[in-house]
Amino acid sequence: MNADGGHAVIDVTGLTKIFGRKTVVDHIDMRVNRGEIYGFLGPNGSGKTTFIRMLCGLLRPDDGHGTCLGFDVREQAELIKPHVGYMSQKFSLYEDMTVRENLDFIARMYAVADRAAGVARSIERMNLGRFRDQLAGTLSGGWKQRLALAACMIHQPSLLLLDEPTAGVDPMARRDFWDEVHKLAGEGITALISTHYMDEAERCHRLAYIAYGHLLATGTVGEIVSQEGLCTYEISGPDLYGFIDKLRGLPGVEQVVAFGVTLHVSGRDGDALAASLAPYGAAPLTLRRIPSNLEEVFISLMRKAVS
Amino acid sequence: MSGFLGFSPARFGAMVSKEFTQMRRDRVTFAMMVGIPLLQLILFGFAINSDPKQLPTAILDNDRSVFSRDMAAAMKNSDYFKFTKEISTEAEADELLRLGRIQFVLTIPQNFGRDLVRGVRPVALLEADATDPAATSNAVAAIRQAATDAFNRDLTGPLLPLRAKDGPVDLRLHARYNPEAVTQYNIVPGLMGVVLTMTLVIITSLAITRERERGTMENLLITPVRPTEVLLGKILPYIVVGYIQMGLIVVAARLLFAVPFVGSLPLLFLVSFPFIAANLGVGITFSTIAQNQLQAVQMSFFFFLPSILLSGFMFPFQGMPQWAQWLGSALPLTHYLRVVRGIVLKGNTFVDIVPHMWPIGLFLLVSVGVGIKRYRQTLD
Repeated sequence: MNADGGHAVIDVTGLTKIFGRKTVVDHIDMRVNRGEIYGFLGPNGSGKTTFIRMLCGLLRPDDGHGTCLGFDVREQAELIKPHVGYMSQKFSLYEDMTVRENLDFIARMYAVADRAAGVARSIERMNLGRFRDQLAGTLSGGWKQRLALAACMIHQPSLLLLDEPTAGVDPMARRDFWDEVHKLAGEGITALISTHYMDEAERCHRLAYIAYGHLLATGTVGEIVSQEGLCTYEISGPDLYGFIDKLRGLPGVEQVVAFGVTLHVSGRDGDALAASLAPYGAAPLTLRRIPSNLEEVFISLMRKAVS
Repeated sequence: MSGFLGFSPARFGAMVSKEFTQMRRDRVTFAMMVGIPLLQLILFGFAINSDPKQLPTAILDNDRSVFSRDMAAAMKNSDYFKFTKEISTEAEADELLRLGRIQFVLTIPQNFGRDLVRGVRPVALLEADATDPAATSNAVAAIRQAATDAFNRDLTGPLLPLRAKDGPVDLRLHARYNPEAVTQYNIVPGLMGVVLTMTLVIITSLAITRERERGTMENLLITPVRPTEVLLGKILPYIVVGYIQMGLIVVAARLLFAVPFVGSLPLLFLVSFPFIAANLGVGITFSTIAQNQLQAVQMSFFFFLPSILLSGFMFPFQGMPQWAQWLGSALPLTHYLRVVRGIVLKGNTFVDIVPHMWPIGLFLLVSVGVGIKRYRQTLD
């Protein structure tokens, strides 16, 4: 995991961004080590994009300090840029240029040595060969994503900042994408990836969860789940929908979620929850304790942040 | 609530109210919708005068008699002529006309008064800078009347018969640079400046706005590219476009309109560079201000309108009130038109046009400077 024995690629403290009167990112600390795949999660509008943009010099932090790739994030943005591969949430290459023209342009921007070979290599690596001379605007979502990834890696950056790279992409393409990211991590490249997908979060080495500009939890999936200390029970049986509202009012019950033909009921106070749910174990219902999943933990974290 | 042929007033109402909501949100467009008519009203209503008066005139009076003064006074009273210079040589007259400092030169020969009294009908010469026939035609018509009436006060008593039907003076008119008063000779070279202004400002005003609107700006900013690289990189291709446009107009002027080309073509191309760059600078500046492409086009139009109306392209510059002339002097097109017409029609040399070049240069510096200052290297 920490290929370099904990050498920090991103090491920032108290990073803050204020738009108008709204504090979008509020004193966030983050440390990401070399070769790590770091998942960045949080609800929409929680400040993920803003935070990522501050790391690579697209936005100027209003407060806080720290380094990215050893360079100061406030003063040395120009030195950070050549070593970062950034993929924005929205497709931001030129739709009226072909795949090859786009890659060639980006390669020239970064002054890639032996440009033709670099472009050819990245086309091959991302299997973009048959779309080489197609306009980028005519590619489907998944292929646009691949092109964007190819573009952000063409200068062989040592840090990838990927902002919801797989939003709206089919499962197969997402799988391929993550395989690629893991391969890169194996080569020592560090990646900070924001996502809304729980399965993707589980493929990260470590995670950070932010909501409303605050960092709520960090660690591995296991660490985050156990830190939160959430108990979850599964109720199965017929006609469960009628119980949902009733369950929500019971002491100790914090979340009730329908999962197909079962209900997941969670709460942080295990004893109160067990007592409240006891009547729901009788036939025709069955009640059993299950491990909490990441989504339940995140929703719990978010509710705590609101209150 | 389904109306005639399925037309639903409720849906129609929703559509209308949506359009108003969106119109209100786009402040710049809204401001332009009010600003452009106002600008047009003011320019057309107050600034533009297709019957220009008070045209700057120089007088070369070799006679200095009562009668020569009568002649000048009558011209002045016609309101079309304003004597701004008194000169003493023919060469001076030529130079003033060539540089466009004055519109007319009135030459009164020696013994003008004596010949007049003797009934010989002395010759008075009015030389006009006729590059813009619109500026001179009314004044020329007025002077004929003035020349007849000028001496009424002094030609009394025994001199009364001199008020002959041909008039006491033989007034000769010399229309310089455009003797046949062909409007095209004036318009076609001027079009060069107008076309460059219109297309280049619009195209470049879209340049950065388009990147921002399509989201490609983000990808550009993340690369190590510098502002000057972006701005100059966006300007250069259009300088080439500008020269192609110029070339087309020069060829068309020659072949289609047979406009005489008196001056140096290489000089014209050389001195057009700062003008082209100045317009691109304006476009780039708009580009950094406009939020979307529509706004960029509207801003370009807002710049184009006074350029075409106040520069002396459509209407004689001298005919405008002082404030409009000042406003016009702030626009690069005004100076460029003088440069183009000076070179094409009058054979101006580089030294002759220097007075018109520095305002263009100054405008270039300001426009590019503002553009670079406004350009943000972050998304803030």
